[in-house]
Formats: sequence, C-alpha cells, structure tokens
Amino acid sequence: MGNLLEVKNLTKKFGGVTAVNDVSFQVGEGEIVAVIGPNGAGKTTLFNMISSFIQPTVGEVLFKDQKLTGKKIFDLAPLGISRTFQNLQIFSNMTVLENVMMGTSVKLKTNVFSAGFRLPVVKRDESKAYQAAYKVLEMMQLTHLMHEQAGQLSYGQQKKVEFARAIVYDPALIMLDEPMAGLNDAETNTMAGYISDLKKKGHSFLFVEHKMATIMQIADRIVVLDFGTKIAEGTPEEIQKNEKVISAYLGEEAI
Amino acid sequence: MEKVEAILYGSRWKGFLGFIALICLLPFFISSQYIFTLFILIGIYCIVTIGLSLLIGYAGQISIGHAAFFGIGAYVSGVLTAKHDMSPWLAMGIGMIATFLIAYMIGMQVLKLKGHILALATIAINIIVYILLVGLSDITGGASGLIGIPNLSLFGLELGNQLHYYFLVWAFVFLVILFSTNIIRSNVGRVLRSIHDSEIGTETLGVNVTKYKIAIFALSAMYASLAGSLYAHYINFIAPPTFNVSFSILLLVMVMVGGVHSIWGAMIGTAAIMFLNEVIRFVGHTVFNISGEVEIVVYGLIIVVVMIFMPKGLIGVLDIRGKFAIKSAAKKNVASEKGV
Repeated sequence: MGNLLEVKNLTKKFGGVTAVNDVSFQVGEGEIVAVIGPNGAGKTTLFNMISSFIQPTVGEVLFKDQKLTGKKIFDLAPLGISRTFQNLQIFSNMTVLENVMMGTSVKLKTNVFSAGFRLPVVKRDESKAYQAAYKVLEMMQLTHLMHEQAGQLSYGQQKKVEFARAIVYDPALIMLDEPMAGLNDAETNTMAGYISDLKKKGHSFLFVEHKMATIMQIADRIVVLDFGTKIAEGTPEEIQKNEKVISAYLGEEAI
Repeated sequence: MEKVEAILYGSRWKGFLGFIALICLLPFFISSQYIFTLFILIGIYCIVTIGLSLLIGYAGQISIGHAAFFGIGAYVSGVLTAKHDMSPWLAMGIGMIATFLIAYMIGMQVLKLKGHILALATIAINIIVYILLVGLSDITGGASGLIGIPNLSLFGLELGNQLHYYFLVWAFVFLVILFSTNIIRSNVGRVLRSIHDSEIGTETLGVNVTKYKIAIFALSAMYASLAGSLYAHYINFIAPPTFNVSFSILLLVMVMVGGVHSIWGAMIGTAAIMFLNEVIRFVGHTVFNISGEVEIVVYGLIIVVVMIFMPKGLIGVLDIRGKFAIKSAAKKNVASEKGV
C-alpha cells in the first residue's frame, strides 16, 4: 500500500496561538483514516491546511509525491482530492441533480463560448455529467429527489447530496469534515455503508468525526489530536486502550 | 438519456415562439412613431440588461458601470464610421472585440473585489470612461458630441427606416437571448449559479471561479458594446452624458425591477421602466411643471419598493407557474434573501 497523502510536520500559528503543532501522518491507498480530538483540538484547521484553504506556517502536504502546499483550492479537485464541509456548502437554489452534476465540472471542457455557440462538446459534456450524476444518485437512493431544490431538503438529505457531489467524479482521496454530524442513527449507518463500499472500490478517505462508534467501525487508522498536537495514532483497538487519549477526553470513555 | 437538457430545463421553444410572434405582431398595432422609437430603444437596452442579468442574477456579481461599455461600443462605431468611413458592421465588430478585451482586463483586477466594494469599483470605471470621452476631444468630439454617424445598411437596404431598424434590433436581441440561454442551459450556467450560492463550494469542485466571473463580465460588456453601436447608428449622434453613471443605475433598476434571475425578467423590467420613464417625464412636465431629469428621483423609490414587495421582480409576480424563470430560481425565495 503506497502513501497517497503525506502530511509532514504541519504547524499553524494564528498570532500567538498554535492551532496545529507539528502534525505528521499518512493516508495509504484504499485506507480510511479518521482524525479525532476534543473540541478546539485543531481538526478543522488541519483539514483546511490539507485542502489548501489556509497555508501552514511550517510543514508541507504531499499527494502522490506532489506538493500540495501553496496550491489554489481549485487545483486540488483535478488531482483527485475532494472534500465536504462541516457546515455544508451545497448550492441551495439548484436541484439535487444539478448539484451532483456540478461535481463533474473537473471532467468537462465546456467554456462560455463553446456553450454560447452550442458546439458539439456541450452535448457530450451534458450527457457525461448527467450519466455520472445519475449513477451516483441511484447508488445513494436519491433519484426520487433529483428535481427538488437542494435547499429544501432535510439536513440529512443535504449531507447526502454534498457527499454525492464529492464522489461523483471518482476522486482518489475524499476528505469529509464531520460527515455524520446531525444525522440520526439510521442515516449515520447508511453513510458509513457508502464509505465502506467506496473503500472497496479503491477510494481513500480522511475524515473528522465525533461519533466514536462509527469511527471504530469503519476507520482503518485513527489520528488523535489534542491542543493541536498529535497525541496518538493507531488502529481503533490501539486507540481505545491508549491512556493519553482517554485522559484527553477527560475520562470520557471511548466506546 | 438523450435529452439531458429537456430533463433539466424543459423546452425553451415555446418562449422563443411567443417572443418572435410578439415582435412580428407589434408593428401592426403601433401607429405612433414615438412609441415605435421607444420599442427600438427598449430592444437596444434589453441587449445590455440581458448581459447584466447573467452577471448579477446568475453569477451574483454587480456592475454599476455598464454604461461605460455601452459608451465604448457607441464611440468605436461612431468614430470609425463618421470620421474614418469604415463599414458600420466592421466597426461594430471591432467595438465588440475591443470592449471584450478591455472588460476582460478590467475584470481581472476588479472582480477580486466583492459586494459593495465591487459596486464602487465599477462606478469608478464608468467615471473614468466618461472623463476620457469628454477629455479625448480630438478623437471623440468631446463634450459637444459626435455627429454624422451613418445609418446601418444591410444588403444595400438602408436601415434608416424605423420599421427596418426595429426588426434589425430585435433580431439582435433574439440572437443575444439564444446565446445567453445556450450558456444558461449548460454546465457554464450551472457554474454561474453555483458561484452565486457558494463560491467556496464551487472552487472545491475544481472550478476556477475568478475565470468564470471575468468571462461573464467581459461577455456582458460585449453585449453592452453591441447595444451601444446599435444606439449610435440609430440616433446618429452621441455625446458623453448618455454614458454617465446615471445610465448605469437606470440599467440596474431595469434588471432589478424585472427580476435578476431571469433574462426574460430583465427584458420585462427594461420595457416597464422605459414606459414608466415616459410617464414620469410627461407627468412631471405637464402636471408639476418640472423639467430635467425628474425620473431619477423616482428610481430610488422604485428600488426600495421592489426590494421589499417583490424581491424576485416583475417576473416573480407574473410567473406563478415557474415557466419563465429558471426552474431552480423560480421555486424559492432564498436567492432574494441574499440581495444583489
């Protein structure tokens, strides 16, 4: 298993505050890695550094041995990295189908002028986008909602739409920021099911989550952050026995 | 699987047929030359407001400077034909390409800005262009304007005739609608709307948002340039005050009153404001005995009223079944909550 993503000594300082301190870990191909930690541990900052939303103070991120640090946000999807957001960034005025079709943009060649003159490329792109989107919607059992406004769906359905949009173009690495937050148990299990299924197809995942039971069930490895520092890394079994982790959660037992 | 476009957006041909029928039938009912002139001007302004609808309603960017691009088009046409005897059609094309390039370069700088700051920057562009039009008097004729701009002619047919020009202008409007709906009903249209909803979300999908914003800004400027050329060849005389910021504001009012989220809305707004303009001018003149630009006083009031009572514009009121507006924008109010 080669390393898909390599995080090396990432550090982020905001003024005098060190949000993330010297964190290193890897994500292998076809691996599911979870990042956990108490609130304010720096998980989202770490996530934002990996996905080029903010630049690290020190350290770098490599993807397939290519340096990601310093790249623009829109440079990442063409490389095969997609992400979702904790506070959802779906397009609420567009239909579910259109939302998911947007996920295929990376693979389309239509520009303003070819669209305006309706060159043959447009028709090819449209049917390519539609078929890819339909396949994912079918897999996620969203086809009955595909003409609904995304903004009018329930929170759980919106999460599914964002997930569908992130996976539709077949990215190698999918980064999920709290994919199960706000979902009920049934929805959580379905989401976990999608993640495991996609893993079998060779996709890798890096995700931040609070629902321990789910993490223990699907993650191959867990990275634990506390006050911006990595305090532990290992398989779910190892993490559950780790004393540092248990004390970081203030005695709260990781199930 | 075949008709992806139909699945997503339904058919647009009914709307087109209705539009063509309306344009062809109108001349039979209009006897007054005055109203006819108004319809020609409405057509010319529609070309600008359709572009603004793409920029404001779809991509969520604002411009209070499109009078500048209208002016550039008018002056390129005017100067090249009146002073250098160039073919009006060639001059029109040169104007459009030049405006596209100018707007592209301006857009690269200006579209890094957002919201109110972007609005101010576009006003500044308008003011700069206005000052250049007045100041470069050797080329533009300065404050006294440029006279002797020839009429257009097509295959030897002189288009000075009102009826001929009416059809020419509306044929251009139709082409602009066709081009614009082609864009809206493609991935590019979806990208524009997604920028409006969530710029971050769009960028994460690998879309260079700035590139699209600049392209649509330049395209809308090119539409404005085309309209400016048509205006110059219709009025045969142009002077800087026509291309002042107040005209940019008027264009904005038209788009907002009609409904920014639909190019049909932009056209309805254009027609509505043009007629209202005439009413205000008439009433102001005869009843209140005021001369000058009375209508400008009313615009502010109109914007406030429209924003409060019909945030989706006239099209939102007319369009009960969601037929004209793009499906997604028609169904929900969310977009209007964000304002422009």
